[in-house]
Amino acid sequence: MGAAQGSCEAAWLTPSFSRWTLRGMFDVVVVGGGVVGCAVARRFTLQGARVLLLEKAADILSGASKGNSAILHTGFDAPADSLELACIQAGHAEYLAIREQLGLPLRASGAIVAAWSAEQAQALPRIVAAAHANGVADAREITSAEILHREPGLSPAVLGGVLVPGEALIDPWSAPLAYLLQALENGAEVRRQTELYSGTFSGIWNLQTSTGAVQAKTLINCAGLYGDVVEERLLGATHFTIRPRKGQFVVFDKAAAKHLGTILLPVPEAHTKGIVLTPTIFGNLLVGPTAEDQEDRARAATDEGSLRMLVARAEAMLPALRGMPVTAAYAGIRPATEEKHYRVRHEPAQNYIALGGIRSTGLTAALGLAAHAWALHNGTQSLIRAPIPAPIAFPIWPQAPRLAEHDTRDWQAPDHGEIICHCEMVTRREIEAALAGPLPARDAGGLKRRTRAGMGRCQGFYCHASLAALTAGRFA
Amino acid sequence: MIDVAIIGGGPAGVAAALALRARGIARVAIFEREASLGGVPRHCGHPPFGMREFGAVLTGPAYARRLAAAARAAGVEIYCGHSVVGLLPGGGLDVVTQQNHFALRALRVLLATGAREAPRAARLLGGDRPQGVLNTGALQAALYLQNMVPFRRPVVVGSELVSLSALATCRRHGISPVAMLEPGRRPVARWPLTLLPRLLRVPLHLRADIAEIRGGATVESVLLHDGRAIQCDGVLLTGRFVPEASLARMGHLAMDAGTGGPAVDQYGRCSDGAYFAAGNMLRGIETAGWSFREGAAIAQYITDDLCGGLPHGGEAVAVLCGAGLKYALPQRLARVTRLRGVLQLRVSAAVRGQLCVRAGEAVLYRRHLTALPERRILIELENIRLPPGVAQITVEILA
Repeated sequence: MGAAQGSCEAAWLTPSFSRWTLRGMFDVVVVGGGVVGCAVARRFTLQGARVLLLEKAADILSGASKGNSAILHTGFDAPADSLELACIQAGHAEYLAIREQLGLPLRASGAIVAAWSAEQAQALPRIVAAAHANGVADAREITSAEILHREPGLSPAVLGGVLVPGEALIDPWSAPLAYLLQALENGAEVRRQTELYSGTFSGIWNLQTSTGAVQAKTLINCAGLYGDVVEERLLGATHFTIRPRKGQFVVFDKAAAKHLGTILLPVPEAHTKGIVLTPTIFGNLLVGPTAEDQEDRARAATDEGSLRMLVARAEAMLPALRGMPVTAAYAGIRPATEEKHYRVRHEPAQNYIALGGIRSTGLTAALGLAAHAWALHNGTQSLIRAPIPAPIAFPIWPQAPRLAEHDTRDWQAPDHGEIICHCEMVTRREIEAALAGPLPARDAGGLKRRTRAGMGRCQGFYCHASLAALTAGRFA
Repeated sequence: MIDVAIIGGGPAGVAAALALRARGIARVAIFEREASLGGVPRHCGHPPFGMREFGAVLTGPAYARRLAAAARAAGVEIYCGHSVVGLLPGGGLDVVTQQNHFALRALRVLLATGAREAPRAARLLGGDRPQGVLNTGALQAALYLQNMVPFRRPVVVGSELVSLSALATCRRHGISPVAMLEPGRRPVARWPLTLLPRLLRVPLHLRADIAEIRGGATVESVLLHDGRAIQCDGVLLTGRFVPEASLARMGHLAMDAGTGGPAVDQYGRCSDGAYFAAGNMLRGIETAGWSFREGAAIAQYITDDLCGGLPHGGEAVAVLCGAGLKYALPQRLARVTRLRGVLQLRVSAAVRGQLCVRAGEAVLYRRHLTALPERRILIELENIRLPPGVAQITVEILA
């Protein structure tokens, strides 16, 4: 500790630290624009830090945060007394606290952990006990009759379940987008298409990136699927290894949504939480994910066999889905590691924090992880010569895109220009807004995540040409 | 009050509007979500369209313009840029424009929202998700309406009529497909149209289907089920049309799993008697000319209905789609002494056998049939006499 402090002071005393350098230096560089990075950028900005977020892709949310099941978890099934549980519950609470100010949606759907075999039914009391131990007091066992009363479309083969009223549906892309937008509106900066090549710490971090050198006091590694790679580039060694785990999903037509109102979770098994059948905030019905370990961190391919299996599993649980058209199929990659728990590392001597191995609960836990990272950082603030100023007293609250099916959408308000995407009812005004502002969409995926244009049942048959014309020359 | 509201301004919708006006219906309104009438032909930049309707060989866009002109001349109320977003029982419509969101009520509503090609996801086609995987409709709209070329060397999937239209479109715009893939043993479209790939020097691979699309930002190759890989920069998914029937599906109307459209009787009447349907929203897919004639025919029934002259729809006879058939349209028959119209059938695989219509053990109709997928199969309904008291008839192909 003493040595670290010494080197820190030495660096601050070198003549190269002109006033200009100080002004150009960031308090915090966040590496990675996934849901965790966006939440961290927001938290540190609101605490008064000067934050820069680096994202190597053309747009944020291009890695693990691109594909998930869009559920706000309660932590009922998280490992007891774990950091994951603490972050899920803190993240859940903060989401509820800030969502209205940011215009973020929530549908209080509740979830049922459904047992389809005698063996699974035997596990239900343990699930309730674990939920209670985790502080989810309203979780309770329910009979198959209660389940079918609540969800008459379900197969009568359901044997029983655990009702978890607090599980809810959210918009998995507008939420992190709003976190980063709030950071940007309150003074943070973002550099997309910027890959971190290397960095050395000598009291401050000197970082080499694909778009030039950056200096920062603190570095927070939120690089998701590349968390171990980034750690190795910075520290020379890594404390964890990403084992990419692919999950494929199938999205059914919006007509399917009327057949299920509650999230249907499986009784968990050793490797994964299993296959979920859930409504989405966008009014679709989603089934997935698979859990397939693979080497590739970037390639998330679907295969027909798995997609057919998912459709069959969904139909078995909800017979009304037979013959229901499929709107979309996609695959996401979770940044699993060689261990199950979150891989959080704090190196106070180097002002380095890694938030690694944030697998499937990251969407819920992100705000909690950000608060945790702030607490870790704050505990070592004395290392930093120029302390971070006070928290922003009256932060700006930008508005997230309003894409929830059950809320009022843009097309319902006058002067929307025209409806460009008829399946998802996306207006010209929404598309123009997504291409403007402090964080404009920089690729087709980014535009889809901000507006849902082209994500509907025709997959661009009707709107591809108009979208291509509207976005010509706008993408990276 | 609008007498007849028509949703969709393609060939079926416009033809219906013209026929209704010709029969003296005062207020006929077309609600079209696009900026102009015409439907899919707007971006089919090749002939032949309009031979029967207008006595001329027209390109799609020219045909679409003729449809729009005819509708204007006939005094049809035309509301472009109007999206109907909800159907209510009895003929209530929820309509959205740039400025407004309003409800209206019509005495009768005709659904004529057409069909679209099955996109990648609906085909459960695996692999990466690069840009450049399109349907013919999206390609033609990009080329004809926006002058944008999304790829240069695509693989074309399918060998239906529209697939050949896609090849013609590619050729006109300097796109050179590297292969045409057909999962079946023979092309779906009719000879001599199937000579087109050879004329255009596009290799046609039969019994070939994509297992996986590969690429990063754009398509790099496709991997076939037989292990072959084909280098390409795009995938053009043609055909496999499905009715664009989401309004009906999301609403209260009974749907048919076989066609993917609303279930109708021989007059095109839906399960809610205020609603009728015509054109390709009834089934994938027929030609523009067929849809035009169908729209006009169903408009006659709507006129009869408005005058109280259409047999009521209660106690209909269900038409069940039996062995060997993909669909049978209409899905039910209003019980009348003399049936009118046609029963439209399709098969999903090549078949040869006896086409039968029976009520229980009683055979009502029988003929020899050799049929291929996506080919029109018709039974004139006047050839069928419904025995008294039957609740359902079954159409099937017996080997």
